[in-house]
Amino acid sequence: MQLILFIIFAVMTIAGAILVISMRSPVSSAIALIFVLFAIAGLFALVGALFIAALQIIVYAGAIMVLFLFIIMLLNLREELISREEKRFSRILGTALGIGFLFEIGLFVRRGLSEGSRALYSQLPYNPSSIEQTSEGLFTRYLFAFEITSILLLVAIVGAIMLARDKDRTER
Amino acid sequence: MTLNLAHFLVLSGVIFAIGVIGVIIRRNAIIILMSIELMLNAANLALVAFSAYMQDVSGQIFVFFVITVAAAEAAVGLALIVVLFRNRKSVDVDDFNLMKW
Repeated sequence: MQLILFIIFAVMTIAGAILVISMRSPVSSAIALIFVLFAIAGLFALVGALFIAALQIIVYAGAIMVLFLFIIMLLNLREELISREEKRFSRILGTALGIGFLFEIGLFVRRGLSEGSRALYSQLPYNPSSIEQTSEGLFTRYLFAFEITSILLLVAIVGAIMLARDKDRTER
Repeated sequence: MTLNLAHFLVLSGVIFAIGVIGVIIRRNAIIILMSIELMLNAANLALVAFSAYMQDVSGQIFVFFVITVAAAEAAVGLALIVVLFRNRKSVDVDDFNLMKW
């Protein structure tokens, strides 16, 4: 049952990911990416990372993708700007490089798994970690990193506002 | 055949490779940012799979931090795209050639 669900979510993820990089219009790509993020949230839930699955949907599929769509709408690209013919050579070279890279990753995964114990091929347990367990780690062992994250977000907010404000209009 | 770690690692590698291909072949800066998000999600998938395998929630906490960094990255990256669009009236990365060669 777990394997069937995994295959369904994996096919959804890969199909969506291919759509993200092959769609012509950025809006279609963004919709496909939201689809991928939902499928990955399903994969997280499948191994019991329920809090992370919820976070994936709320923060990623919700907040970040809304930001993407908002910027796409804000820029309001004309048809001739998005439908420019991509260079054929770079497309072939890029795909070849990507497939080579995939092959390399596959080689490493295979070697890592064959050198590891056979236990790596035993069933991944469905072991739902409660939100208490996750937050206990977050607020004890990783408390410092958690606090630093708030500074990161503050810097990101200030940086984004500094970059995107219209200088001619705001300077009086 | 049961669900094991190898399944997740292979899927994670495939998604990461698709993200790399997207960064290389696309010229639209917004779609390049989306491909980077795909790669971050591939890393998250591997972290969650290892977390389930090791029976340790640390991997999930790392994913929490990666999602935070992705949010910050998306905000700053999209702000950069807005500025570039304001200056060049384009989001095509081939048009931003001031720093090339």
